[in-house]
Amino acid sequence: MMAGNLPRRFFLVTALFAGLVILGAGAFLALSLHETPRGAAGTLLASAIGGPFRLVDQNGKTVTDADLKGKWSLVYFGYTHCPDACPTALNDIAIALDELGPQRNEVRPVFVTVDPERDTPEVLKSYVTAFDAPILALSGTPEEIAQAAKGYRVYYAKHPEAGGDYSMDHSSVIYVMDPEGRFTASFTQENSPEEIAERLKKLLS
Amino acid sequence: MVGRRLLAVAACLVFASAALAQTGQLEVSDAWARATPGKAENGVAYLTIRTPTPDRLVSVSSPVAKKAELHTMEMAGMVMKMRPLAGLDIPAGQSVTLKPGGEHIMLMGLNGPLREGQSFPLTLTFEKAGARTVTVAVEKPGAAGPAPQR
Repeated sequence: MMAGNLPRRFFLVTALFAGLVILGAGAFLALSLHETPRGAAGTLLASAIGGPFRLVDQNGKTVTDADLKGKWSLVYFGYTHCPDACPTALNDIAIALDELGPQRNEVRPVFVTVDPERDTPEVLKSYVTAFDAPILALSGTPEEIAQAAKGYRVYYAKHPEAGGDYSMDHSSVIYVMDPEGRFTASFTQENSPEEIAERLKKLLS
Repeated sequence: MVGRRLLAVAACLVFASAALAQTGQLEVSDAWARATPGKAENGVAYLTIRTPTPDRLVSVSSPVAKKAELHTMEMAGMVMKMRPLAGLDIPAGQSVTLKPGGEHIMLMGLNGPLREGQSFPLTLTFEKAGARTVTVAVEKPGAAGPAPQR
């Protein structure tokens, strides 16, 4: 009886925990989307998302959270085997940057893979060059990716499919980090590139 | 033997009358795909289906990929989940559009990259209408919809 119950209990606890994390992240984001001219700057939220990471970019260079400072960053976690949500997000970012005009130079798009097993720096390099924006693409060891994802409150999990393939379930959120590396605002697939550009213009002004 | 033949004739009559009752045929239009970035192994295609009688899309295939599957993209809060679909019901008289952020045709294990401006064949198999092959136009990576009629 016990042996039968334990995995079930474990599953329930895990599911509950995952649910809480997702709800928590949702609440954070709902709050952050609240229209304030300076976004989350100066609020508790500013330090709730982000944090230290050590990853490697598409050219094999080590990149840490400190390297993101000095410019605004648009941080998106995804993976290259994802043909629907991820290219949509990156394309939305590229269109939004175009709308910004010269101010686009103050914004750096960052793509962090949640699938380091398949997304090596080399794979990422060929992937991001297809988009009309200078994207910094980051990979790392599974542990390094886990740490970065934890800081950004990003959930991801491998979902096995027939034939040994797999897809990744993952949070699909574009995080706006200010030049000090503080979380400021976020966008989801509900936001059009025009909305993203408008919001960025306000934040950059 | 006679019984079986009668049954066959009856079946033919039923099919014939069903065909006559139809005002048109199942149509697949606006088929487009996203160019694949770099060496991406998976691609995606979208299209619109319209049918005068209820039908169900049961499988997809294309020579450009080892495998093609019908997928759906679900959001659970902020989390994106991609799942294979066993089939997709197409109600009568309504346009069903596969588009980014929802149902899509996943092209898995591409034989080569899909480049903007190219096109390729895609075969859809429906429960009743049978197989339909359409030409898919390749748009920009991350494109949000099909290009205006060319």
